[in-house]
Amino acid sequence: MKLVIAIIKPFKLDDVRDALSEIGVQGLTVTEVKGFGRQKGHTELYRGAEYVVNFLPKVKLEVAIESELLDKVIEAITRSARMGKIGDGKIFVLDLEQAIRIRTGETGQNAL
Amino acid sequence: MRNLFLLNRLGIIALAVLLMLAPMRAFSAEGTKTGAAGAPAVTVLATQASPQAVPAPAHTTINHGDTAWMLMSTVLVLMMTIPGLALFYGGMVRDKNVLSTVAHSFATTCLVTLLWYIVAYSLSFTDGNAWIGGFGRLFLYGMGRATVTHESRAIPESVYMSFQMTFAIITPALISGSFAERIKFSAVLWFTALWLIFVYSPVVHWIWSTNGWLAKLGVLDFAGGTVVEVNSGVAGLVTALVIGRRIGYKKELMAPHNLVLTLLGASLLWVGWFGFNAGSAVSSGGLAGMAMANTQIATAAAAMTWMFAEWSARGKPSVLGMASGAVAGAVAITPASGFVDPTGALIIGLAGGAACFWAATYLKNMIGYDDSLDVFGVHGIGGVVGLLLTGVFAVKAIGGTAGAIEGNIGQIGKQVTAIVAVVIYDAVMTYVILKVVDLVIGLRPSEEQEREGLDLTQHGERAYNE
Repeated sequence: MKLVIAIIKPFKLDDVRDALSEIGVQGLTVTEVKGFGRQKGHTELYRGAEYVVNFLPKVKLEVAIESELLDKVIEAITRSARMGKIGDGKIFVLDLEQAIRIRTGETGQNAL
Repeated sequence: MRNLFLLNRLGIIALAVLLMLAPMRAFSAEGTKTGAAGAPAVTVLATQASPQAVPAPAHTTINHGDTAWMLMSTVLVLMMTIPGLALFYGGMVRDKNVLSTVAHSFATTCLVTLLWYIVAYSLSFTDGNAWIGGFGRLFLYGMGRATVTHESRAIPESVYMSFQMTFAIITPALISGSFAERIKFSAVLWFTALWLIFVYSPVVHWIWSTNGWLAKLGVLDFAGGTVVEVNSGVAGLVTALVIGRRIGYKKELMAPHNLVLTLLGASLLWVGWFGFNAGSAVSSGGLAGMAMANTQIATAAAAMTWMFAEWSARGKPSVLGMASGAVAGAVAITPASGFVDPTGALIIGLAGGAACFWAATYLKNMIGYDDSLDVFGVHGIGGVVGLLLTGVFAVKAIGGTAGAIEGNIGQIGKQVTAIVAVVIYDAVMTYVILKVVDLVIGLRPSEEQEREGLDLTQHGERAYNE
């Protein structure tokens, strides 16, 4: 099993969710985060006080999937989240050791 | 030695004892109207010794139109503090300090109300001498249903007292902008009480009591350029310098947490200012009408000036900027509102907006003081500009006194005298009061408390719970 973490632009969330549904991914977790990479921040001005804000709002998706689905998931996320601009985001893949469905106690792939 | 617990308890007990003494004075036999310190009595046309309902004498000179307007003006000016100023300031601080900022306005309203009733009104508006009033109106003793005074003219003294009370409330509340986000609540209460009695009352006596030395000099201050604006502005600067900068100033992000609140507050201040300026006519008629028109024109002119100045200097017209500009214009027109004509008001608005924009944006950074909410930059500088220009643009046909444009160059000198006197007295006394409060109970919270936020550490509350 794999845990796929994707950091994307907030307004791309619906597109990515639709793309993942199409390939059979059943659920995902979304967090609102702040971050920066190569995309620069902006300057805010309040009377005499100038603030350079480096952090930009992003959305983090976490999806637990069967290993066989990995390439399809990566392709789906990339395709739907890409705009071709700096700040599109990144995808990280982790090995998932165990998954449990709390309601029934099922483990492994049956829990995904 | 700081015995905080004991001292704060003493303060509460003292206030309670003073309040309990009130009924004793009110019900005491009516003799002469001299006060405890032997000060000359306030001129009174009709009075009642007993608070029981007695029909007002038929020969009062009370004008009902004036009174109705002044009752409304009192309401408007109270609204300027709660919730006007509370919101204006509250939106500009970080969310962990919003409740404490709002509390400064709210608690000041309550505290000043009681102190005004107990002693401060008496010190401000009884005849006394040229420098301070007397104790003739301690606990408002002698003020009845139909009492009028020199200052209250054709409205009941009770209305005038309440109207002036709202000015006494907003002035120390304004100062809270300079120490926002880094002060102990107990220190705010003690500071406000001492400042009201030792700074505000004397200054308002000098300018607006018929016996006051600046009033007799012929200084023109229609609605409080000295009493409220320069007074709070200079006190704000001194406080910012004495108390020091916020932890992380210039390094950490201290952006306003909710500018919508600030805009709401600025709007309430603008609307309320009609009570402040037009109400200072102490009458409803042409003078109030002119003051209202002047206020509107100057406020709008200053807002536009700040907006365009910021647009060209910094690239974008911020909402905080136009709101601040509006307040700056209202501040500048405050001393002038009943003395100048609309064109004078326009010029004062333009000048006030420009000067305060410069002060809040550049002067602060040049000198390096942390006046969190620009009390000095907007109220201090705006007040000075307004007072000087009042001396220039006063028109005899409007307010009864000519300014420099009508040949009375000397008026500017009188304005300068008032400014210098108030600045020096205010700065020195504010410094002394701050040092005393700091020595006895301490002004700033600890570093951890400041970092955690004043809402939690001073009030045990969170503003936003989700």
